[in-house]
Amino acid sequence: MTDMTQTQVRERIEARLASRHRKEKIFRGFGIASIAFGVLAVLVLFTDIISKGASAFVQSQIQLQVNYDPAELGIDKVDGESLAWANFDGVIRSALRERFPDVTGRRDKRELYSLVSNGAGFNLRERLESNPALLGQSEIVWVNADDDVDTYVKSLSKSAEGFLGRTSEQKAAWIRQLRESGELEKRFNTTFFTNGDSREPEQAGIRAALVGSLLTLLVTLALSFPIGVAAAIYLEEFAPKNRWTDLIEVNINNLAAVPSIVFGLLGLAIFINFFEMPRSAPLVGGLVLTLMTLPTIIISSRASLKSVPPSIREAAMGMGASRMQVVLHHVLPLAMPGMLTGAIIGMAQALGETAPLLMIGMVAFIVDVPHGITDPSTVLPVQIFLWADSPERAFVERTSAAIMVLLAVLITMNTCAVWLRKKLERRW
Amino acid sequence: MTTMTLNAGPAVAAGDQAKNPAAEQNAVKTNAEIVKTVGQPFSDQAKLRMRNVNVFYGETQAIHDVSLDIGRNEVVAMIGPSGCGKSTFLRCLNRMNDTIEGCRVEGELTLDGEAIYGPKVDVVPLRARVGMVFQKPNPFPKSIYDNVAYGPKIHGIASRRAELDEIVENSLRRAGLWNEVKDRLDKPGTGLSGGQQQRLCIARAIAVSPEVILMDEPCSALDPIATARIEELIDELRENYTIAIVTHSMQQAARVSQRTAYFHLGKLVEVNDTETVFTNPEHELTEAYITGRFG
Repeated sequence: MTDMTQTQVRERIEARLASRHRKEKIFRGFGIASIAFGVLAVLVLFTDIISKGASAFVQSQIQLQVNYDPAELGIDKVDGESLAWANFDGVIRSALRERFPDVTGRRDKRELYSLVSNGAGFNLRERLESNPALLGQSEIVWVNADDDVDTYVKSLSKSAEGFLGRTSEQKAAWIRQLRESGELEKRFNTTFFTNGDSREPEQAGIRAALVGSLLTLLVTLALSFPIGVAAAIYLEEFAPKNRWTDLIEVNINNLAAVPSIVFGLLGLAIFINFFEMPRSAPLVGGLVLTLMTLPTIIISSRASLKSVPPSIREAAMGMGASRMQVVLHHVLPLAMPGMLTGAIIGMAQALGETAPLLMIGMVAFIVDVPHGITDPSTVLPVQIFLWADSPERAFVERTSAAIMVLLAVLITMNTCAVWLRKKLERRW
Repeated sequence: MTTMTLNAGPAVAAGDQAKNPAAEQNAVKTNAEIVKTVGQPFSDQAKLRMRNVNVFYGETQAIHDVSLDIGRNEVVAMIGPSGCGKSTFLRCLNRMNDTIEGCRVEGELTLDGEAIYGPKVDVVPLRARVGMVFQKPNPFPKSIYDNVAYGPKIHGIASRRAELDEIVENSLRRAGLWNEVKDRLDKPGTGLSGGQQQRLCIARAIAVSPEVILMDEPCSALDPIATARIEELIDELRENYTIAIVTHSMQQAARVSQRTAYFHLGKLVEVNDTETVFTNPEHELTEAYITGRFG
């Protein structure tokens, strides 16, 4: 290299200075652009979901003057058996006939009865069951309108003529009449949060799927976190580094990339066919999702164990702590926040997982809210899939609403994780 | 300096090495000019006795046939250029090398006549007897109290809280840290200054009443004032403990130690009274190092 004077060196540095600054600016610009793109995508997604789904949280209800007439109901006392037989639909029909006395034809009457959800009878039954004194009395109740009515009413806020669909002109006239008299209102949709799935959109709710998801996640967390952390600690702290542990590591990394449907097939073959566990149950779902999330948890736990400074291990070992004590007293507390983050990422993945659960029967049409991990149930993402697949127009908004519930659960979980991490993190 | 009689150094060393012709051959092959340790590597009051120690990292040999005694209540300083194996040698004494993958120690190492590398030796009580202070202060991310109380707790030394309190106070006093921290024992140990942290680590090490303290460049991350404070402390600790210290500072070796061992390329070149090493070294390599011709 030739000798350069200091001035020459400085000139060369300055000559490149502008391009160095320019590169830095471009790099920063790329960063900002990609973040902006991400934020925009999230905004579009959220606006789309919320604008479609928000209306599902209200439901058109019709005010009816019902008379719990023993003759009409066909019962003379209120007990379990008589309630099962009682003709509540008849009571609702007569209430509708009273409201619109000039409807006479058979076809017209049927049209009239279809104003109200065919699940409305159950509401009356519940009311009478909780208050037997109502028998023979009459009261004013709000019952869910049919989904076609609901769709029409909701579409009226968008355009003056509204979306009629299967609704006849005559029915539309009745609806307008009820609306003007204040007997048809959009009220908060409690059914959506208290019911399970239904073929009738106005009776369909998210409760069963939500409970199913939570039970499944509980099983997943209870199994995958301890197993994953134990495996990570063993591999990182105790296992000798040889060909076998290398092989295990490669396999774990591979498993993390296996398509989830494969785990579903495995679960079907092993847990259901071989061990004969119940189909569609959160227990099996949880087991399958455990298989799926274990690699994620092991990998992130190992990474956070690796990041504990070796000086802490040396200090503890130099004090005569056994390997177990080094891990339990010093390494684990420092690695815990990272492990939790990994576990939460795994859980979030599990919450959104659909494919493997289809394989083990969680896609079945299940109306009841599950009460335990062996009850048949469905989960949020599968419920979203089922609703998105349904032809009724009212399921469109319910699909978006279910997505909102799923997102809310996710956000709650992540908030908990951040809070836990902050709490466990040592600030010194 | 403690009352200590030393065996005739060079002759015995040569005799010892002659027992291991293979090692000698190896030594001759790698570096013909250093074969034997000169000076006085042995002590008749040996607390730690090392004979023909060879350490390997996989295929590489890091320590070649080192024999050395560390006497009771003696401070032995180990000096030498970077990578000469002095830290490796120090870490053999409480088996801290066990955790390093592929590290193999050969030779005879005893503490009070008991083998350190015996097949049945449990490293837990060994490390309680041979404490260690590291190059970088490494207090646990816990309170000052818990840092010092950790050793007594895991070894079950103190049965009652009052006893533990006493051990913590005494250890901190002996490490010369008590007056500075007595009002904030519940504050994190990592919040102290570098020098205080290192004294906390010394307090932590002496809390389990070890017999030997190994110090691996304990002052290399500290400023001169903190260094002086630690050096004073080492001198005080000599009354009760046997100390082996690795240092890069020749002044430090001269100030704190009774004997100094000079390592060169994994071999022990010279061990002598500290004064002799720094005023009249026997071996030309030692002389070259202390006069600053390399290092």
